[in-house]
Amino acid sequence: MSPLPDYYTIWHKAGHYGLRIMAALVLIFLMLPILVIMPLSFNAEPFFTFTQGMLSLDPDAYSTRWYQEIVDDQKWRIAIRNSFLVGIAAASIATVLGTLAAVGLASPWMPFKRVITALLLSPMIVPLIIIAAGMFFFYTQFNLVGTFTGLIIAHAALGVPFVIITVTATLSGFDRSLFVAGLSLGASPIKVFWDVVIPLIRPGVISGGLFAFVTSFDEVVLVLFLAGPEQRTIPRQMFSGLREQINPTILAVATLLVVLSATMLFVLEALRRRSARLRGQE
Amino acid sequence: MKDTKAEAFLRFDNVKKSYDQQNLVVKGFDMDVQEGEFITLLGPSGSGKTTVLMMLAGFESVTSGDIAISGKSINKTAPNKRNIGMVFQNYALFPHMTVAENLAYPLSVRKMPKAEIKDRVAEYLALVELSAFGDRRPGQLSGGQRQRVALARAMIFQPTLILMDEPLGALDKNLREQMQFEITRLHKQIGFTVIYVTHDQTEALSMSDRIAVFNDGVVQQCAPPAELYERPVNAFVAEFIGENNFVQGRVTRIEGEIAKVETDTGTITTQTSEGLTEGAQCRVSIRPEKLFIHPTTHAHDNALTATFVTRIYVGDFIRYYFRLPDSTDIIVKVLNDLSAPEFEEGAMAQLLSLTKDCIAFAD
Ligand SMILES: Nc1ncnc2c1ncn2[C@@H]1O[C@H](COP(=O)(O)OP(=O)(O)OP(=O)(O)O)[C@@H](O)[C@H]1O
Ligand SMILES: [Mg+2]
Repeated sequence: MSPLPDYYTIWHKAGHYGLRIMAALVLIFLMLPILVIMPLSFNAEPFFTFTQGMLSLDPDAYSTRWYQEIVDDQKWRIAIRNSFLVGIAAASIATVLGTLAAVGLASPWMPFKRVITALLLSPMIVPLIIIAAGMFFFYTQFNLVGTFTGLIIAHAALGVPFVIITVTATLSGFDRSLFVAGLSLGASPIKVFWDVVIPLIRPGVISGGLFAFVTSFDEVVLVLFLAGPEQRTIPRQMFSGLREQINPTILAVATLLVVLSATMLFVLEALRRRSARLRGQE
Repeated sequence: MKDTKAEAFLRFDNVKKSYDQQNLVVKGFDMDVQEGEFITLLGPSGSGKTTVLMMLAGFESVTSGDIAISGKSINKTAPNKRNIGMVFQNYALFPHMTVAENLAYPLSVRKMPKAEIKDRVAEYLALVELSAFGDRRPGQLSGGQRQRVALARAMIFQPTLILMDEPLGALDKNLREQMQFEITRLHKQIGFTVIYVTHDQTEALSMSDRIAVFNDGVVQQCAPPAELYERPVNAFVAEFIGENNFVQGRVTRIEGEIAKVETDTGTITTQTSEGLTEGAQCRVSIRPEKLFIHPTTHAHDNALTATFVTRIYVGDFIRYYFRLPDSTDIIVKVLNDLSAPEFEEGAMAQLLSLTKDCIAFAD
């Protein structure tokens, strides 16, 4: 940090440090609830509070038994499997559809651009409970309630807006003359799309896909409405765990989820930097 | 300019373009281009140069008329099937590919064997003197280097035609001149056909075999640089190319190629131009370097009497500003040697010229 300029008055300085302190407080406010569950998940006792032993850092007060519980419990194993299954399938569908939609919407000749964009983004804005209720009645007509297909389609629809937003953002920096150049070099429009457009918008596609995955991964309202017992996902399992058997297993699951999300964030950032470097715009 | 005997290599036949179905941006464009020619489209901003290029490359549709290569219409050919290379003003290099990959792209699209691609890429990198830069990405090159890569990429698949839309617009003056030289060298060495678009007339005059001067959607004149400069067909071309003086007058007699024009400061004899009629108003164009100040040893046919206004020292020559009685400004360029005269402000002078250097255009 560079030293403060000499012309700073006491008020300047107060503002300078005040801003920093405020920012730190906000960060703490946001992070503390998430961070506090991490040590609690290593609690040796089936409580949600710090025991005397934990506070005095007694090694015996800590254990990994709740993590063991996740591995041992059939219900959690199925829930984890289901979450990944639904999340990956829904994110894949959302990524393909969202990318195509974004590319189409970026075309200068696209008619009714605003209306279509608004429609496609609506799952992000309409309250989940309304979507869930609507889908439930819609699905009953097609026997999709209580099926993986139904849940995956519903989650894909939730993920599409994220993909559209991230891909549109990368496309706005895309130089259309590159597309024209590709055609002039003899490549068909589809080949130019694969060879030039996709590599350049890949960071947007990947981050959109990850957002779609996370959206599906922690979504519980649609699952409550549309999933049967066989489609229980992690959030659904946590939801019933909270009611039925309160013990730190859900803290352990929560900790795992936090680690997973953090890892994805780092991957995203690394990808973004890599592609920026590849384009020589460091 | 229509040539009905031999099939031209590239022919525009009464090509028209309208973007809004109302106003024609290009109005009846006719031009024949021979194989290996370097043709420049020159014209003021908004005159339709880029539009013509885009229609040729297939990125804009032709409203009416026909564009044909070797006698075959290409109006209905997809842009990627036209085999026309393009150099863009902003280079349009693929940023995620290395220089060598950029050059290899059009070849791999054409399914050329890998080994052959490698040799060809090396050959063209050497041609534009970038052999050491094959592994760099475009983002790591200077403007001039990128321009050379763009040039090599447009040439490497040996297209029937290469189009360049103000390819040097983004470069500074030194680099521009260097690249002009480079493009001319490659054109001579390889012999491809070029359609070049520029704003810069020095660039056009020094590089082209022929220049098509565009205005208002029509070609005003298409001729080799010297002819364009010495024998403009109308006042627009005379004014647009280089510097020119215009003297108002009235045509009194036309005898073959020679016209007599009556002006406020006496009668002068001039070359005629199309559309000139006896008795009509006209404008006589005389280049600043074709006017001489009396006394001089140069032969002359005409004399104008003008008032001296000022002179500006430019270095290798001196620019004199005179004013005619009807308050038209006249510029005279005189080589900066001992013969450059000095004048008092308001002094009268005789400006001399040859008939062959004066052209009368119908007003
Ligand atoms: N896509 C378009 N839609 C509507 N009008 C257009 C379009 N492109 C160009 N025009 C119009 O057509 C005319 C010719 O444009 P063009 O780009 O061909 O000019 P230019 O000679 O290349 O000019 P410059 O030297 O400034 O590049 C201009 O009046 C322009 O406004
Ligand atoms: Mg243009």
